[in-house]
Amino acid sequence: MLDVRDVHVHLAERLVLAGVQFQIEAGEFVGLIGPNGAGKTTLLKTILGLVTPDLGQVLVDNRPIRRGNPAIGYVPQKVHLDPDTPLRGRDFVALGLDGVRWGVPLPRRSRRERVERALGSVQALTYADAPVGRLSGGELQRLQIAQALVGEPRLLLVDEPLSNLDIRNAHEVVRLLHELARSRGMAILLVAHDLNPLLSALDKVVYLARGRSMAGRTDEVMTSESLSRLYGYPVEVMRTRGRIVVVGGPDMHLVPPEAADHAGLGEWEATTP
Amino acid sequence: MMYLDAFVHSPFWHSPQVWHALFITTSAGVVSAVVGVFIVLRGQSFAGHILTDVGATGASASFLFSINSWYGFLSFGLLAGAGMEALGKRTRGRDTATGLVLSFFMGLGALFLFLDTRVSNTADVTMSVLFGSVFTADPNTTPWLIGTSAATLLVVAAIYRPLLICSIDAEWAQARGIPVRWVGLLFMLAFVVAAEDSALAMGALLSTAFLMGPAAAGVRIAHRIGAAIGISALLAVMAAWLGVGLAYASYNWPPAGRGYPCSFLIADILFMEYLGAGMAARWRAHIRRLGGKRCT
Amino acid sequence: MHMMGVLDTLHLWLLPSGLLTTLYMWHAYVCGTIVALTATLVGYFVVLRGVAFMAHSLPKIGFAGVAGATVLQVPPLVGLLTFNLLGGLVMSTLSRRGRRDVVTALTLVLALGAGELFLTLGQAYGETAYALLFGQIVGISGPQVGQTLAVGLVTTGLWMILYRPLLFVTVARDQALARGVRERLLDNLFAILVGLVCVMTVPVVGALLGFSLLIGPVATASLVTRRGVHTLLLAGALGLAAIWLALLLAYDSGWPVGFFATTIIVLEYKVVYIGRWVKTRRALAI
Ligand SMILES: Nc1ncnc2c1ncn2[C@@H]1O[C@H](COP(=O)(O)OP(=O)(O)OP(=O)(O)O)[C@@H](O)[C@H]1O
Ligand SMILES: [Mg+2]
Repeated sequence: MLDVRDVHVHLAERLVLAGVQFQIEAGEFVGLIGPNGAGKTTLLKTILGLVTPDLGQVLVDNRPIRRGNPAIGYVPQKVHLDPDTPLRGRDFVALGLDGVRWGVPLPRRSRRERVERALGSVQALTYADAPVGRLSGGELQRLQIAQALVGEPRLLLVDEPLSNLDIRNAHEVVRLLHELARSRGMAILLVAHDLNPLLSALDKVVYLARGRSMAGRTDEVMTSESLSRLYGYPVEVMRTRGRIVVVGGPDMHLVPPEAADHAGLGEWEATTP
Repeated sequence: MMYLDAFVHSPFWHSPQVWHALFITTSAGVVSAVVGVFIVLRGQSFAGHILTDVGATGASASFLFSINSWYGFLSFGLLAGAGMEALGKRTRGRDTATGLVLSFFMGLGALFLFLDTRVSNTADVTMSVLFGSVFTADPNTTPWLIGTSAATLLVVAAIYRPLLICSIDAEWAQARGIPVRWVGLLFMLAFVVAAEDSALAMGALLSTAFLMGPAAAGVRIAHRIGAAIGISALLAVMAAWLGVGLAYASYNWPPAGRGYPCSFLIADILFMEYLGAGMAARWRAHIRRLGGKRCT
Repeated sequence: MHMMGVLDTLHLWLLPSGLLTTLYMWHAYVCGTIVALTATLVGYFVVLRGVAFMAHSLPKIGFAGVAGATVLQVPPLVGLLTFNLLGGLVMSTLSRRGRRDVVTALTLVLALGAGELFLTLGQAYGETAYALLFGQIVGISGPQVGQTLAVGLVTTGLWMILYRPLLFVTVARDQALARGVRERLLDNLFAILVGLVCVMTVPVVGALLGFSLLIGPVATASLVTRRGVHTLLLAGALGLAAIWLALLLAYDSGWPVGFFATTIIVLEYKVVYIGRWVKTRRALAI
């Protein structure tokens, strides 16, 4: 389905991706994990054709990618909407269906039903008629997922959907996406800082650090040897009570444990070596 | 040598109008250039434009009551500035509501100008309010204008550092214990004086050139604020002198020998300076990239 | 008897003699209607995209165009089209490099300076400048009505074509880009759209006040409704009411139409704003 081959990307004289390589099959639920600035968003943009790789290539269905491929759905990391945007949630979702096409949309039954179904699949029907600018971060997140789903993509790229959500809602969204992957045979690539809320659902992990990647089953990737090789210095992966904790990774000294807990960050970033 | 001689002894220097024009444009230019850097940083050029539009309403009213137009500019400008400050948020290009409420003043200005033409039976008022007339300005205003400009520069110098912090991140400034409200108020005062001084020199419609042009060029070239302010002031003075000189010379120019408007000349020079600054910045980045490549 | 007097006065005031029999008033009403409706359509995106400053600047740029046309003795429409479309394109092109508000301001003063030069060269001081800046209703000719109608139709057509992708790229830029929306093309076409509206507003309400017609009704409408269609309908109605009443008052008083149009639009906004404020107050009190 998706084949990323040895991708190198420069952004403003900096090598952000230096040989990223992995594959995703239809129906797989894959986590893209890595510290801040590892290049996760850049990788998604490369898959979408918004960033051209300097070296290597990306294939979707064995064909080189092109911008605007309707088979790929995208939920970006940050959205900004003015509080008084004159648009209902429903209209926002409908843009994902045919927002690219020229002309004024005609109100058609089939169109309305598809939007309704997408809204239903993310349980957003209760606020479908509210103005989008007034929704909470989590509510807007669901609408964004619905907007991506309504185009019926076969590959869904989701950038950090969990950072806006409380623990219960995070689990809820993960369950939802997991179910979508199962029921529709849709491949999902989900970006996250913290692996733990995803552990039970993931089929596969792509770990990104220092511009390079390590891909495979969770228990293959999340070991001390493979991550140490990736980082280029020794880190330790520990498993305690069903959680995975990486000790010795970057940006660890920045966050004291209690502040990290307070901010809802995973233990993984909080633990001091 | 001969040209220099002709230049020094040109009647240009012996005309009191020319000297007034030079004083007015230079002082308005310098104060606008300095304040303008902060306006660019704060993204407030729409607010600046609004201030002078409202000032124009005041100027039109002042003609109606035969008062010096500078008082009209300044009083209405202060009113508009106070209004924007009271709304409590920065007026940016996005800001529809503020723009709308203040466009009411433009409507009022239309009415005043209309009544002006009725009263005076000439339409020159429209031209002088909207496009300025440095050569025929009332000489009594010149000292006032220079005085307020100097005072404004002093105010900006006094609040320079807190203002900088407030302009970059107001919340952070508040957390650091800077009286954000006061700094904002003082800056608004400086902003109004700069905008209205340059409105008097350039006319209400073209004053934005002085307010934005040199500052935008300065910010593009320099990476440090101090340098940006210096370059900006220098560019403003250059444009002012060159503009007045050309306007003086243009009485012999084709097609009509009626003289080219001074504010038009200054505005165009400023625009060229801005484009030149952009090119300089790009050129330097290019050089730097080449240099960087060679090192690695 | 007394009643009759009041009615007569009212009649005289609402339907002053000559209002419906004067040809230029008919022209003004037709043009005003077209202008108000198209301004609403485009204003919707102006408010949504937050480009009030651009909408404020383009009509003023159109003024320079007319002044230039007078000097070169070509039809004003040519000057308006050239300056507005060029101005819009320059703004949208340059603002990809520099800061948008700075670029808008500088493009504006460049065009205004040219306008001033044209006025000086053409010796078209005073009256002409005044009419261009603040609008006049006496001078609208039959062919001008035809021109306004034609430009209005083109604008509406372009608006309808752009509607969906423009909305998409405005409210969800990243998704739209990922789906293949061409942002640069849309930016330029949108600038042309605003330019076209200004081509229509400048001759009727004047360069300085076309801005309020563009954003006022939409800003007012979006205070009360958050649905695109409702916003458009309400804004259209508000804009029409404002321009019709302004034309009537201008005819009655001989004062500039732009003054009345702006005042009415701002009043509409204020009334709705205060009304909404009172309503939320009540709701809180209960
Ligand atoms: N347009 C750009 N120009 C230059 N550098 C960029 C650009 N966009 C991103 N970068 C740099 O590329 C690196 C990777 O950025 P990216 O946004 O992909 O990180 P990320 O993994 O998504 O981080 P986060 O977890 O914070 O979202 C960062 O160091 C960033 O500074
Ligand atoms: Mg990211």
